[in-house]
Amino acid sequence: MQEPQQQHQDHGGHEADRENEGQDHPHTPSYLRPPVAGRAQSDSGSEPSLTQSKCVEFDLPSPVSPSRPKSPWSLFDPYDNNEDKEYVGFATLPNQVHRKSVKKGFDFTLMVAGESGLGKSTLVNSLFLTDLYKDRKLLNAEERITQTVEITKHTVDIEEKGVKLKLTIVDTPGFGDAIDNTECWKSVADYIDQQFEQYFRDESGLNRKNIQDNRVHCCLYFISPFGHGLRPLDVEFMKALHEKVNIVPVLAKADTLTPTEVQKKKIKIREEIEQYGIKIYQFPDCDSDEDEEFKQQDLELKESIPFAVIGSNTVVEAKGKRVRGRLYPWGIVEVENSAHCDFVKLRNMLVRTHMQDLKDVTRETHYENYRAQCIQSMTRMVVKERNRNKLTRESGTDFPIPMGPAVSESETEKLIREKDEEDIMQTVPETLINKVKKQFLC
Amino acid sequence: AQCFEFPLPCYSSPISFSFINHLVDFSYVGIDAILEQMRRKAMKQGFELNIMVVGQSGLGKSTLMNTLFKSKVSRKSVLATSQEKIPKTIEIKSISHDIEEKGVRMKLTVIDTPGFGDQINNENCWQPIMKFINDQYEAYLQEEININRKKRIPDSRVHCCIYFIPPTGHCLRPLDVEFMKRLSKVVNIVPVIAKADTLTLEERDFFKKKIREELRSNGIDVYPQKEFDEDAEDRMINEKIREMIPFAVVGSDQEYQVNGRRLLGRKTKWGTIEVENIAHCEFAYLRDLLIRTHMQNIKDITSSIHYEMYRVRRLNESNTAVTQANGIPEHHLSAHEM
Repeated sequence: MQEPQQQHQDHGGHEADRENEGQDHPHTPSYLRPPVAGRAQSDSGSEPSLTQSKCVEFDLPSPVSPSRPKSPWSLFDPYDNNEDKEYVGFATLPNQVHRKSVKKGFDFTLMVAGESGLGKSTLVNSLFLTDLYKDRKLLNAEERITQTVEITKHTVDIEEKGVKLKLTIVDTPGFGDAIDNTECWKSVADYIDQQFEQYFRDESGLNRKNIQDNRVHCCLYFISPFGHGLRPLDVEFMKALHEKVNIVPVLAKADTLTPTEVQKKKIKIREEIEQYGIKIYQFPDCDSDEDEEFKQQDLELKESIPFAVIGSNTVVEAKGKRVRGRLYPWGIVEVENSAHCDFVKLRNMLVRTHMQDLKDVTRETHYENYRAQCIQSMTRMVVKERNRNKLTRESGTDFPIPMGPAVSESETEKLIREKDEEDIMQTVPETLINKVKKQFLC
Repeated sequence: AQCFEFPLPCYSSPISFSFINHLVDFSYVGIDAILEQMRRKAMKQGFELNIMVVGQSGLGKSTLMNTLFKSKVSRKSVLATSQEKIPKTIEIKSISHDIEEKGVRMKLTVIDTPGFGDQINNENCWQPIMKFINDQYEAYLQEEININRKKRIPDSRVHCCIYFIPPTGHCLRPLDVEFMKRLSKVVNIVPVIAKADTLTLEERDFFKKKIREELRSNGIDVYPQKEFDEDAEDRMINEKIREMIPFAVVGSDQEYQVNGRRLLGRKTKWGTIEVENIAHCEFAYLRDLLIRTHMQNIKDITSSIHYEMYRVRRLNESNTAVTQANGIPEHHLSAHEM
């Protein structure tokens, strides 16, 4: 207990402490600061320029290691002045969350689909400034006759300002190239389902520590600029996939069209999308409290669908200006010029503003739909099995065995079955998951 | 697009057009913008935090919660009870508050456990508490395996349990050991020395050392647990914390004037104890740990380790209950299983 003589000293110590606390990085947790007064300078590691302007790039608090790399988290510390004493301090939560994500890195899976020669590979390379396709071999016509639609995956790790992204591009070579293209989207739909199934297994499994998320977050569908809007293949593809993946339609090779032609095509395509009931990816609505500029941008975005894009891997120089573009005798098409094409809009949407939302919609809507359907079909099998057992009085296993084509059932039987399914689904979801698990993990 | 820049060859050719086949110039895609996207989403959604306080009555649990969150969040402040009656059995009382700071919204739930350790016979007094914690895991599991799941499952799992050790100055009591031994396996335990203003600094250091020894010899892993350090950086920070726990705290919701400033403290005839002064007590360390730096980590460990262990146990249980095929008795998963 403090003795009377010590009282003044304690206060003195307290004063110095307060001063130093004021000078320090207000974010530095107190246990990491050496408890000695007068060491404001030796507080290594935390930003020396802390007390200055707000928008400085920050080191996360750790005064013990001077050589820590800079954090990519360049938002300013919420407690950047001395009044932090008044606050509880949990406004650092978003920073804490994101520190972990930054360490882990992000992932994103993008699918590109469309006929050959529409510039898919070039666009992908342009979007992410990579060179994913440099070793590919293009097939000629004879080879393509017997080609089936493949699904190929390329993965690339991209890092910018300390943020790591594992980007996976899923390509669909051969799509729409054959003479008879019936159901050529089937392998694409199957691929997407397989990724969902894999995730479902992992999620229902026992060890969930390092689940890999290979679900397709977005599908860029390339529409040919040479038609009059959507072609039957386009419609069928999009309808087959619109409930499995976020579809973003793209008007390819837009440099073959004049601005008027582009506008007309866009309007026509939007009409047809609506007419055929195709559910493309919807941009979320703006909050009412967003600023005007944001709202304006959002509106423009919505009205640009389908994005008229041009891709280019080459940098050309014109009159001293260096641009990425395509060189024609009649001029240079600049990829990053919004007057020339919607490339910038697409890239911003995909990477800078809507990447998280694309992942969210995939996870919360498409995947959940798949999962619910999956469970439902499992339930159906369980009910059928149960009924079969009732009839034959066999002590069959609880295990749902995939059966042959179902015997046709009467109306009443159907109602009974549906009621059974409902009951099962409501009362024992857990044992169901076990069955799912057993089936998958066997 | 890598994070380094190539010096560009200078191309001032007399020809108007020229090609350069290397993407060195415009090498910014904009991936880091995803941080901003995540941040907006998080701010919109808000955060949840569930803290449990356990300890005998009179150790200052409610006051400490109020001090931590600078508002009347504890049971005592919310429920107007004029008497302090010790309940006959342990009760679990949850109080939730929505608090906001600098645009960040948090739903804070303080779970109090009046009656713990207050009876004559305290056998098994940890059971209702363990049951409560497991019930929260169970509720989350049920939501998770539901067929139509909510977009965001409400999280009522206990993220952190602050255990109040009375300031005897000697060593841990058998009750403390038993409680922490069991609970540390299902929840993050943060032990604190309560009412530390009855200990001198020497007595405090001795007590802490003794406690740390006893925790070690009884195999009790309190937060931050050594085995969950993710990398060298974490380990370094957490080692420092591990050398300082349990924090010796003093709580107060009264303000006093000290040297011209208004501070939270306790005024006695021999001086005023300033709660937020680290020369006086370690409240500030506790607050920083729990709130400013490790809050997210505490939640992560709860969801990715404690909850997962519970889930595995449950799934295995119902498995053997349903099939009983292989006759292998339910095995107890050790804490190190995953």
